[in-house]
Amino acid sequence: MSTGIAAPARSEPRAGRHDFAHLLRAEWTKFRTVRGWVIGMLAAALVVVLLGLLSASGNHSSCDSGPVETSCPAVPVGPDGEAVADAFTFMHRPLAGDGAITVRVTSLTGIITYPPPDHDEIVPGVVPWAKAGIMVKESTRQGTAYAAVMVTGAHGVRMQHDFTQDTAGRPGGVTAESPRWLRLVRSGDTLTGYESADGTSWTEVGTARPAGLPSTIQVGLFVTSPGDLTVKQADLGGSIEQVRFTQASAVFDHVGLQGDTPSGAWSRDVVGSSGTTDWERFHRANGVQESGGTFTLSGSGDIAPRMDGQTIERTLTGALTGLILVVVVAVMYIAAEYRRGLIHTTLLAEPRRGRVLAAKALMIGAVTFCATLPAVVVTVVVGERILRANGNYILPVSALTEVRVLIGVAALLAVAAVLALALGVVFRRGVAAVVTAVVVIVVPHVLATTSVLPDSAAQWLLRLTPAAGFAVQQSVPEYAHVLGHYAPQAGYYPLAPWAGFAVLCGYTAAALGLALLRLRRADA
Amino acid sequence: MRSTIEVNGLRKRYGRTTALDGMSFTVGPGKVTGFVGPNGAGKSTTMRVVLGLDAADEGTALVSGRPYAALRRPMFHVGALLDAAAAQPSRTARNHLLWLAHSQGLGAGRVDEVIELVGLRSAARRRVGGFSLGMRQRLGIAAAMLGDPPVLMFDEPSNGLDPEGIVWMRGFLRSLAAEGRAVLVSSHLMSELQDTADHLVVVGRGRVVADTSVAGLIAAASLDRVTLRTSARSAAVTALTRAGAAVADTGHGALGVTGLAAERVVALLNDDAVPFTEVSAHRATLEEAYMHLTRDAVEFRAAVPGVAQGTGRGQEAAR
Repeated sequence: MSTGIAAPARSEPRAGRHDFAHLLRAEWTKFRTVRGWVIGMLAAALVVVLLGLLSASGNHSSCDSGPVETSCPAVPVGPDGEAVADAFTFMHRPLAGDGAITVRVTSLTGIITYPPPDHDEIVPGVVPWAKAGIMVKESTRQGTAYAAVMVTGAHGVRMQHDFTQDTAGRPGGVTAESPRWLRLVRSGDTLTGYESADGTSWTEVGTARPAGLPSTIQVGLFVTSPGDLTVKQADLGGSIEQVRFTQASAVFDHVGLQGDTPSGAWSRDVVGSSGTTDWERFHRANGVQESGGTFTLSGSGDIAPRMDGQTIERTLTGALTGLILVVVVAVMYIAAEYRRGLIHTTLLAEPRRGRVLAAKALMIGAVTFCATLPAVVVTVVVGERILRANGNYILPVSALTEVRVLIGVAALLAVAAVLALALGVVFRRGVAAVVTAVVVIVVPHVLATTSVLPDSAAQWLLRLTPAAGFAVQQSVPEYAHVLGHYAPQAGYYPLAPWAGFAVLCGYTAAALGLALLRLRRADA
Repeated sequence: MRSTIEVNGLRKRYGRTTALDGMSFTVGPGKVTGFVGPNGAGKSTTMRVVLGLDAADEGTALVSGRPYAALRRPMFHVGALLDAAAAQPSRTARNHLLWLAHSQGLGAGRVDEVIELVGLRSAARRRVGGFSLGMRQRLGIAAAMLGDPPVLMFDEPSNGLDPEGIVWMRGFLRSLAAEGRAVLVSSHLMSELQDTADHLVVVGRGRVVADTSVAGLIAAASLDRVTLRTSARSAAVTALTRAGAAVADTGHGALGVTGLAAERVVALLNDDAVPFTEVSAHRATLEEAYMHLTRDAVEFRAAVPGVAQGTGRGQEAAR
């Protein structure tokens, strides 16, 4: 019988640096020729899209004025493109070129409506981030560049500019017995803030270069007071965040101006305030009262990044379910080889086991990334439109941040797939590997974001477990100078986006190391 | 480059079980070497060590002068069929071969060649899950042939083959050797190898018990035996043992004589005037020689002699 072979020892193609490429190609052929795996991966992508768009369509938002539903007011945007709150009482006048303003603050008081525990009365008091001080600002239009030095309700003297920047000065409050002097000096593009206890000995608080200040700016006194935030745990997970109206009043004297300012009256503006609360209508409106060189300003609102709105990652609720499917496919991709003894054939084709593991990890990671990235992009782009069409406000983020979220979530799924694959090599059993992967990645995230745990425990889970990787999808950062419910369930992760992702990568690297040991040490 | 498999002093233990106990042999080019021994003798373990799947505690195993792990594109150096069931059931036969081909830098053209070679063309695009064991064996052989290697190792390749397939396999193995390749074929049944193998490596309890040609194995077993029927048993035993023969009662009124040729037995009995009704010579078969050699190596021997049909004779003769 003829074998149809002329001579043994077919000429071997040039071996060497292409070997790994061949190995990758072989793994790709392996993957694509099992229909179940391909379908599973596509299903993961589809789940991301469908669940995302479904939750976006179910999210409606509207604004009303009394009983009448109205279109929501436009949200101002800061110099860096972020959504901002820019509402305050401002007594100001123009300043051309360099100059300075100096004041003395002798009092900061206010009211808080219906605070805890009983929410049944209006009490005197100031919230921690109530602000009173001096400011230079591009114009009275909301969202324009500014720099300010201020006393606060509970955070001492601060110098802030352009909403996101905050520098701490001396702590402590302000009273008639211990007033606080503030000074803000413009020199070219640079603003320098000073504070003093007596008006003679000054301490620098900080400097700022607000974005694109024109030569003529508005300079003056301001007061504002953010809403009082209370967070209640809801039954069975979830939380209820409530914000209640507050008002701060500050007393200023010894107002001094240097530089090219027109003489005459101050302009008085209540920037960005609706003035519709009963308190404002019947007790004390926001504004300015003057009596012989002493000015009392009352204000409500905040000058800070706005945290209230939908985030782009809210459309990615399907990523968690997609991740479970990805984990199952990744584990099957390796566990099937052990169950069928196919791992022997694989190791005969390439006896260098580290290369085999590397090729498999690279392939499942690349396949997952390529399958889920389009899904993530479609979900966010279409999901944003649906959310907006439903009246939701989406907190704007920079293009770079949006790209980071899109690539980051696809990378999160890809790295999770590699982790699952490594666990598959370690356990050699599909069920054990899937369960372990879900327990270390999915379960901590679910526990942390559904508020079955206290916030601090949830945060530790998202620092210490591979679920930390979900931080990569957070588009709006947490600001220390804005009071907020910065909990995982509200979408705020304890680690920075790439730091959280690095934790997941660290676990994955460790699992790959274990897998390599297992693959090398043990008989196949 | 030598087309060989060289196994030298392999030792391996699994816990308290000794799987390999100084296994040494060489497989040369241009012939089919039968690797035979009872189940558990260490055949598969040896092959797995040669192929770098298992690590030996001691000893070396070289393919064409190099350890398997040092081979680049190993399927160009050695083709192996270890476990015919080792394939993803939902993948088609062609795709199974395709990923293997890709791993060696080969293309789909070579895949179609080996499919043709093993006669699987009509089933090439069917899922392996629906294959019979025989078809899987052919698929495994196709995989082994992808790189057209000078060295081939097949572990029990005839398992599950129909009679036609067994005939095909014999011809295929012979043709591979005729092309100058080194071919190692394992089996636990000597009958599968006696028409195919040029050379035999007989193993038992993790070591080689015979490394010889087929003719040499029968001779080495020295199982030639003479059956004697006589009414004067004690006189016959006395005459024959005096001449150096071993005599044993084999039942049914017959005596088994070993150590003397039949002609010499007749002459001795005539000298002492011992009457006899039958003297018959018996030549051992390869199977008997094999059973004799591996007698001590069978780990789980049937407790009832009758169960080991057709092998009892050899064992009795040696008793």
